Amino acid sequence: MQPHDLQTIASKVQAVRGKQRTRLMCCGSTACLSSGAEAVRTALDQAVKAQGLAADVHVGTSGCLGLCGRGPLVRREADGEPALTYHDVDAEVAAQIVAAEAPSAPDVTAPDLTAHILPETHPFFARQHKVVLALNGTIDPEHLEDYIAHGGYAAFARVVTTMSPAEACDEVKRSGLRGRGGAGFPTGIKWRAVLDHPGERKFVIANGDEGDPGAYMDRTVMEDLPHQVIEGMLIAGYAVGAQQGYLYVRGEYPLAVKRLEKAIRAAGRQGLLGANIFGTDFSFKLDIRIGAGAFVCGEETALMASVEGSRGVPRMRPPYPAQSGLWGCPTLINNVETFANIAPLFAGGAEKFASVGTEKSKGTKIFALAGKLSQTGLIEVPMGITLREIVFTIGGGIPDGKAFKAAQTGGPSGGCIPAEHLDTPVDYESLRALGAIMGSGGLIVLDETSSMPDVARFFMEFCADESCGKCVPCRVGTVQMHGLLDKIMQQRATPADIEKLQRLGELVKRTSLCGLGQSAPNPVLSTLRYFRHEYDALVSEGQA
Amino acid sequence: MITLTIDGQTLSVKPGTTALDAALAHDIDIPRLCHHPELKPSGGCRLCLVEVEGRPNPVPSCGLTVEPGMVVRTQSEQLTALRRDTLDLFISDHPLDCVTCDKAGACALQKYAYDYGLTETTFEKNISRTLYQDDNPFFIRDHKYCILCGKCTRVCDEVVGAHAIEIVDRGFGSHVATPFDGPMIDSSCVFCGSCVQVCPTAALLPVSRLKQGREWELDRKRTICGYCGVGCAIEYRTKGNKIVYAQGYAEAPVNGEFLCTKGRFGWDFAQHPDRLTRPLVRKDLAHQLGLSAEPWALGPTQRATLDDFVPVAWDVALDLVATKLAETVFASGPDSIASLASARCTNEDNYLFQKLMRATIGTNNVDHCARLCHASTVSGLAMAFGGGAMTNAIHEIRDADCLFVTGSNTTESHPVISYEMVRAVKSGANLLLVDPRRIPLAEHATLWLQTKPGTDIYVFLAMAHVILREGWADQGFIAARTEGFAEFARSVELVTPELAALESGVPADKIVQAARMYALGERASGVSKYAGEPRGHSGIFWAMGITQRRNGTEMVLSLANLAMMTGQLSKPSTGVNPLRGQSNVQGCSDMGALPDVLPGYQKVTDAPKRQAVAEKWGLADLPAEPGLTVTEIMAAAHDRRVRSMYVMGENPMLSDPNLEHVEESLRKLDFLAVQEIFLSETAQLAHVVLPASSWLEKDGTKTNTERRVQSLHPVLKTPGDSKPDWWIVAELGKRLEGLLERVNQRRRTVDEDPAASGSRPAVHRHWNYASPAQITDEIATVSPAYRGIVHRRLGEQGLVWPCPSEDHPGTAILHATTFTRGLGKFHAVAARPPVEQPDAEYPLVLSTGRVIYHYHTGTMSRRSAPLHWRDPRDWVEINAVDAQAAGIADASPVVIRSRRGEVKTQARISEHVPPGVIFLAFHWAEAPANMLTQDHTVDPYAKIPEFKLCTVRVEAVN
Repeated sequence: MQPHDLQTIASKVQAVRGKQRTRLMCCGSTACLSSGAEAVRTALDQAVKAQGLAADVHVGTSGCLGLCGRGPLVRREADGEPALTYHDVDAEVAAQIVAAEAPSAPDVTAPDLTAHILPETHPFFARQHKVVLALNGTIDPEHLEDYIAHGGYAAFARVVTTMSPAEACDEVKRSGLRGRGGAGFPTGIKWRAVLDHPGERKFVIANGDEGDPGAYMDRTVMEDLPHQVIEGMLIAGYAVGAQQGYLYVRGEYPLAVKRLEKAIRAAGRQGLLGANIFGTDFSFKLDIRIGAGAFVCGEETALMASVEGSRGVPRMRPPYPAQSGLWGCPTLINNVETFANIAPLFAGGAEKFASVGTEKSKGTKIFALAGKLSQTGLIEVPMGITLREIVFTIGGGIPDGKAFKAAQTGGPSGGCIPAEHLDTPVDYESLRALGAIMGSGGLIVLDETSSMPDVARFFMEFCADESCGKCVPCRVGTVQMHGLLDKIMQQRATPADIEKLQRLGELVKRTSLCGLGQSAPNPVLSTLRYFRHEYDALVSEGQA
Repeated sequence: MITLTIDGQTLSVKPGTTALDAALAHDIDIPRLCHHPELKPSGGCRLCLVEVEGRPNPVPSCGLTVEPGMVVRTQSEQLTALRRDTLDLFISDHPLDCVTCDKAGACALQKYAYDYGLTETTFEKNISRTLYQDDNPFFIRDHKYCILCGKCTRVCDEVVGAHAIEIVDRGFGSHVATPFDGPMIDSSCVFCGSCVQVCPTAALLPVSRLKQGREWELDRKRTICGYCGVGCAIEYRTKGNKIVYAQGYAEAPVNGEFLCTKGRFGWDFAQHPDRLTRPLVRKDLAHQLGLSAEPWALGPTQRATLDDFVPVAWDVALDLVATKLAETVFASGPDSIASLASARCTNEDNYLFQKLMRATIGTNNVDHCARLCHASTVSGLAMAFGGGAMTNAIHEIRDADCLFVTGSNTTESHPVISYEMVRAVKSGANLLLVDPRRIPLAEHATLWLQTKPGTDIYVFLAMAHVILREGWADQGFIAARTEGFAEFARSVELVTPELAALESGVPADKIVQAARMYALGERASGVSKYAGEPRGHSGIFWAMGITQRRNGTEMVLSLANLAMMTGQLSKPSTGVNPLRGQSNVQGCSDMGALPDVLPGYQKVTDAPKRQAVAEKWGLADLPAEPGLTVTEIMAAAHDRRVRSMYVMGENPMLSDPNLEHVEESLRKLDFLAVQEIFLSETAQLAHVVLPASSWLEKDGTKTNTERRVQSLHPVLKTPGDSKPDWWIVAELGKRLEGLLERVNQRRRTVDEDPAASGSRPAVHRHWNYASPAQITDEIATVSPAYRGIVHRRLGEQGLVWPCPSEDHPGTAILHATTFTRGLGKFHAVAARPPVEQPDAEYPLVLSTGRVIYHYHTGTMSRRSAPLHWRDPRDWVEINAVDAQAAGIADASPVVIRSRRGEVKTQARISEHVPPGVIFLAFHWAEAPANMLTQDHTVDPYAKIPEFKLCTVRVEAVN
């Protein structure tokens, strides 16, 4: 394939699509599939066939449409009309949706469908800013040509044919993109470190071992935009001088694995992966490695050990992967969402990318909204948006008239942010200052009925269970902390136990080997910081 | 060097050093539980945290690489609190039953609990692991004491290369396990006990140690292992006259803390009830002498048991042996006596032994099993370099860039050297293996060339061809240091990789790859210790697979050619390295227990040298005709040219080829005296058996495969009336000297006047030796290479020969600036196939060798309870293809037949041998491999028979 062949493919796809007036995209993401999207898709197909609308109406499968709490979802795009989303669709509603497309039918906003319609102007959609997920809802995840038709692989073609690896690294550096896995390390600097480190063999790894409870940003990106991830890895591979990439995917994500496999095969067939891509010297091979259910394998050194076939346990850094990674070779390891940012970044340029976000946190971030909210689902927001906007505007506030108590970000590694900090902008530094972290994008909202020590206990149980056991603070400390939280919840604790919990939390945080252990006490320490009274109450009630 | 400050002390250390190592090297102690100087840092115990100026959080010093100007504090209030809390967590998960614990006093956790004043945990006591596994007689695994430091799993992987154990499950529930938590014996464990060695707590203990006393009640006795030629130093913890357990120790020059299964666990043979404790005279002879009332005769196929001997006093036995040998001299001359010295005995034992034969009896008929192992190495390297021994030191192996191993199953035959190789591979070296069998090293090899048996010579020659063709030769080295290159270069012109591929079955491109890898010293990954030099460092290692061949000398020459043409010699981590088989086979050869050379490889045919030695021994001259080799001795005994034999610590009835012939020969002798620790197969044919001390009971020195002369020290009392070999030889010397005085009169230079000898060198007359130390010092006066190796200099580290003077430090690398013979000599070598080729009648090739759990003829290892438990019986390895063709099931009885004899054993179907090849170890008396091997074709230079390979057929036994 040559770069101009991309245009040829795009034209072919557009030639077919251009004749159809309406596009009905049924969400094919895991959440909607689990609420019956497959039946909806079948019903849409049958109705179009039955009503003879195939020439006018295209029915397709899309990626996640975001409002996962109200699935199955169907997105409607029609020439000259604003797009809208049908929610809570079933087979019957699907038939009505198609019926409304018949030339003689009344407007789609007929009364029997209005209860299922959310316009694009709905705050859930309106306040979002889609860069990574821009093509979700528009393209079919399993269709390479669809991605190409929407500009896919053009950024990579431009990079590999017109830029030097160093220029590509600099472009990323100028964009201000930071790692979306949670720690927020500047991506361009990481790339440059791998490029500059001597070595004939280098590797690129996409970390798709998303493990935080309630988080599914990476799953969605892998399921819905597999080619966007691959394109990001290709650009990275070129920029750092790697010849081989690995996609490390959580074992619990079979759909992501299936779609990535399909995408890798399709890209390979088109010559987008393999030897001498676009006729250049650049060759790149990509393989999938499936995790075996260990949370710690999301930690980069543990992940690499796992790829090498060893037990997935972290090791000390330095050396960093950029110096000595996979099989001792310089290795670039980025989160899946980071890679998904790369093609849009290069497509629009570093300046455009950097025009969104705050001074130190550029671009957008995907969050999985969960918990006590009217609207839960997957959102992409500009960096710097306040928590209040996310919770009350996009999330629609707390249902049943309950009061907001806390937002938990970063899952088991993160912290709880109380109401008084709701106006904090969402960026790496601000969240850290609150004792929470940006994390990979899990965001759980708790209302007044939640017990914060209980929340802390839940996460501590998770960490104790997921500790790899290599270092003693994490292996034994998390179990001891969980024991103390149990004691507190059972109202058997003394004030000294709370002090011990605090001291142990500091020890585990300061002395653990890897990020898992170092952040495991965060839910405890942040709830002790903001909700100490709840702990004290449990102790004094118990003693009374 | 990098300068930094630790606790206010300014230190200079090498770049790349960790803060922990820097501190420890300067006597600044930092607590640590998962660190081991020979393992990669783990960072799991979090005790070695230190404060670094400018860093917000304490960092583990084991993973902290020093930087210039770094300021480190190892002690502070904060660190004490963190360490105390961390230890508190450790002991929350560890029983504090130190009052009854076998590890108390040697337990690292106990030490730190003491240091930090912890009596019990302040947390909830919660012990996660309770498994107690005693599934083997080597060591127990008591998981409740395990602190998951991971040292055991790392040593198993990083040093031993067995990777039998790993931490499984996760978090608090994680524990050390074999695959699927199965019994140890079903894992890849080699029972070396390195895990036990590094375990900081009582989680891993030797079975022999359990409830045998507190650590502080045990004595420490150090000596050199008596099994293979690696020469590991072992520390025995003893109580009274009993070994409680054995361990390595960090200062041990060859092995450090690591040992193999035989060294660590195979010492119990010494107190086996079968040990010989009194001199024995066979009943027929005893009856003749009136020592036994009843007449008795050994049947034609009968072998004597202990009951067939009469125990006698030492004087009786010694007088009898001396008289019998003297009678033989009188009747048929000194050359009708032959003798076998022992590669397991000390230098002092062997020196006296050959001196007895040469100086007192007057024959050069002294040889030993080196004839059957590295004779071709000795002859080949003598031709190429002027002397034959391992050119480089064992500890250099870990730094090599490329290791070329061929004809050596190092993992099983020289386990501790294989640990060095594993370490090299783990740090990025290439391992090039040429071997027909899938030996354990194949799992670590970056390139394994699986040759058809006997065709490896083609690969070596083709490698030389490729190196020349591609310009990978070191022309500078060739020009400056060698001769005969042009003729050699012509000789390999036609041996293309394609030709070699046809003969050997190895693809031509792999041969090219091998040539490049070796010649240029290429690494697989990582940074070379020798970075910056024009090429990396490659070393060649071989053993019996090369030497026990009809063209063994030429095989060795072809390897020497490769080393010379690439300049892979004369510098660290390179060289040609024959791995010697027995604990003192190097020393036994050095001592001149060979028919053609005197101590120090001085040829008996070299009159000035011979006479110089004679003079030191108080004689005018010594026999000048080379004596008989092992195989020649057997032939000579068969046709009665040899009438009497004296065998010290050798077992030709199992170790020599074509055993039926050996037995016939020994039975024809008029007199056979065997000096042994057990009633070996050979002793069962002896007239007199002299009970000797084992290695665990004696003083003296041994010379290991890297030429290191090391001191032995008694660990146990020698049982019963048994005596050290040197004492027995000296006592025979005294007696024979008297008996043969008349015969030897003409050979004397001076009358021995004890008073007159005062001014002469320290050569002892009249066989009056008070201690091995005296003999050590006498050896120094006779052997040039040992000139500086005197008893008082040996210490813990020993000395590596050549050591030409008492102020010389010893020589780690041979031929460093010039070869022993001056210029290294290339030899044009032609490929020669094995003598026996598979045919319809004998379609399979038999390869012989060792297994890791046994040693040589098994006299010691098969009497060790744990070793016997692990590998109790004989077996033959056969590929599934051949087994199926012959209707053989796994573990079923089979009979192996060759042109010489047959052996019944049990089949073990295995992928370790390719189709067409079977493997039978030579340890098994009940299935002696050497019943099958051939002695009819020997290497023309070294006289070593080709008993690595012969053809056989295998049949199922119904």
